[in-house]
Amino acid sequence: MQLQTHFALFDEGSKKEIRRAILKAVAIPGYQVPFASREMPIARGWGTGGLQITLSIIGKQDVLKVIDQGSDESVNAVNIKKLVNKTTGVETTIETSEATIIQSRHRIPEVPLTEKQIMVLQVPIPEPLRWVEPSEFKTKKLHAENDYSGAWLLLFEQIMKYGKTVTNADHPVFVHDRYVMAPSPIPRFDNTKMHQSEALILLGAGREKKIYAVPPYTNVNSLAFEDHPFEVESFDGKHCHLCHAATVFMDELINQETGESYYQCNDTSYCLAKLNEQEHMPEVVIEHAR
Amino acid sequence: MAYVAVKGGTEAIEASIQRLTFERIRSQELLEIKTIMATMRGMVDQVMSESSLYSEFLAALAIKQSEANMEEAVFLLRAHRSTLPRLYYTRVVETDTMAVERRISASFKDIPGGQILGASYDYTHRLMDFDLIDESKSVMKVWLEQFKNDEKSASESSDLTALPKVVDYLRQEKLFVEVEDDDTEPIDVTKQSIQFPTTRGERLQVLTRGQTGAVTSLGYAAIRGYGAVHPTVGELRVGKLPLTISYPTDPTDDIDNDYYIGEIKVTEVEAFVPISTQKENNVEEIEFEIGYGICYGQNETKAIAMSILDQSLELGSGVHPTQDEEFVLLHIDSVESSGFISHLKLPHYVTFQSKLDSMRKIRKA
Repeated sequence: MQLQTHFALFDEGSKKEIRRAILKAVAIPGYQVPFASREMPIARGWGTGGLQITLSIIGKQDVLKVIDQGSDESVNAVNIKKLVNKTTGVETTIETSEATIIQSRHRIPEVPLTEKQIMVLQVPIPEPLRWVEPSEFKTKKLHAENDYSGAWLLLFEQIMKYGKTVTNADHPVFVHDRYVMAPSPIPRFDNTKMHQSEALILLGAGREKKIYAVPPYTNVNSLAFEDHPFEVESFDGKHCHLCHAATVFMDELINQETGESYYQCNDTSYCLAKLNEQEHMPEVVIEHAR
Repeated sequence: MAYVAVKGGTEAIEASIQRLTFERIRSQELLEIKTIMATMRGMVDQVMSESSLYSEFLAALAIKQSEANMEEAVFLLRAHRSTLPRLYYTRVVETDTMAVERRISASFKDIPGGQILGASYDYTHRLMDFDLIDESKSVMKVWLEQFKNDEKSASESSDLTALPKVVDYLRQEKLFVEVEDDDTEPIDVTKQSIQFPTTRGERLQVLTRGQTGAVTSLGYAAIRGYGAVHPTVGELRVGKLPLTISYPTDPTDDIDNDYYIGEIKVTEVEAFVPISTQKENNVEEIEFEIGYGICYGQNETKAIAMSILDQSLELGSGVHPTQDEEFVLLHIDSVESSGFISHLKLPHYVTFQSKLDSMRKIRKA
C-alpha cells in the first residue's frame, strides 16, 4: 500500500473548505469563523490552525518563513517548515522581507510587513472572553450582542486591585470598531503592529476550530481606558548585547556566573540582519541545542 | 540556550529523530505488520476507533511506527486521514443485518435468538499464563486442528445475520415510548465544527471518536455519582456490518444498484435507562430511555460508556459535569487533549517574559 502525498498535504476539498472560512474571516474583521479543523501530522496545540491556513493558501511560487518565539530555528518552526517544504517543495527563508507567507507563533517580525505578504498566526485560545465566560455557547452570544462589558470589567478590576492594567501577552483588541479579538498570544509590544497593517493577518486556532482575520489597513486598537492608557512591555534603557538594537522586543538572559541579566533581540533574523549590516561583526558564540 | 537557538535547531532535531529510530530498533527485533494485525486485535481496534479510520493495515503500521504508543498511533492515523478526500457517504446501515459474533443482554436472560458469548475476556481468570512464554507454532497448529473439529460437531445455530433486536421485543411489550424515526441528514463533525447546543448525531460522532480512556472515565463518573444515569445493558453486540454506497449517477437511487464496499467490525450497545417523568395529574412515572453506543472493533467498555454519556447528555439538566455537553464533548478527543497538554513542552519565552513584566510592574506599584 504505497501512497503519494498530495501537494500541500490536504486533499483539494479540504483546502477549499478552509479557504472559504478564510474569505469569510477577511470579510468580517475580527469575527471568529468556525471551521472543521483537520487532524494534522503535528499535535493539536502546536500550531495546527496556522499550518492549516498556510497549507490552504500556499502556491508553488511562495516563499515561506516560520517563526516560533521569535526564532526561525526553534524546534517547532523547523518542524513546520520541514513539513511544508516536504509536501510542497516551496522555498523557505529566514529573511522577513523575502517571505510571502510568514507563519508565526507569538511574534510579529520587527521589520514592517508589506502588501505582498500574508502573516499567519498560530492561536491557542481565540476567545477573548474565555476568562470571563467558560461557555462557548454564551461567548458566541456576547459577541453577537456586542456585549463586551466582561472584557472591560476584567481590565477595570485589575485597576481596582493593582492600580493599573496588568494583562500579559494576548491583550484584547478592538477590530474595526466591532469585534473584540484575541490577537493570539503576541506580546502587547506587537499589538500596535496589527493596526493599519499593510499585510493581511490571518489567525488560525486548530484545536478550538476557529479562523479569524485582520484585513490590510484595518483599525486595531488595544482595549484601554482614557485615564489608564494601553502600555506595551518596556525595555527602557536596555539594548541587545549582540546588535545593540534598543526599540525591539527582547529576551532577558541571565549570565550564569555573575547572575546579572542581559538582553538580546527576540527576533533572531532581525538581529542577524543587523549584525551583518555592521562592518565589524563581533565574535558571537552560539551554542548548538542538543 | 536550551532548545531555542539562533542556529543549530535543525541539527538538534535531526539528532533527536535519529535517536528515536535507534530506540525502536536497538534490540534488533522487528515486528511484522501482519503480526500486529494478527495478534494485537485489541489495540488495532482501539486505534481505528479513536482515529475514525477503518483500516486494520494502516492501524497496524501506525502501531509499529509509534512503538505501540496509543496516543501517537492515533495521532499518526488521524493525520493520515486528513490527506484522504471524503468521497462518499455509505447508505444508512440497519444493525439488525449484523453478522453477530457476540451478543449478550444483561437485562433479560431469555432473549429471542439467545445469548451468544463469542470471544470475551469477561469469563477468563486474569491470571498470568506463563505457558505463553514458550508458545510454539507446532503446539498452536495442533490446538487449531482440535478447535476446528469441535466446532464442526457443534450444532448448527440460527441465522446470525438476522437476529432480532432486544429493543424491538420490548417495544412490542409497550415498555418504551414510541419515538419517531429522525431521518434528518446528520452533520459530519469532521467537515463542520460543532456548534452548541449540538444535535444528537454530532454528539454520537464525537463520543465514538473519543479517547477510550476518557470516554470510559467520564462514563464511570456519570454512574458513580457525578451524573444521574443508572443503566442496564439491554443488548451488547459485536459483529460485522456490510457497507454499501449508492450508484453515483443513478437518478432513481435504487438500492439494488448499490456498490458493496466491504464490512466493518463494530461493538454496539443499547443501554436501558429508567427515568421518572411527571404525568398530567402530577403522578411520577418511570419510563425507559435508550442510551446508544457504537464504535469500531471489539471495544465493549467504550461502547457501554458511550451509551451512558449519550443518555447523560440527552437528559441534560447540567447539574453534573457529565451532563454538560461542552465539558464532555470538548475534552474527550485523544488528538486534541494530548496535543494541547504536550504543547507545554514548547518554549514559552515570549509569553513568560511578558508575564515577568507584569509581575514586576505590580510589585513596583
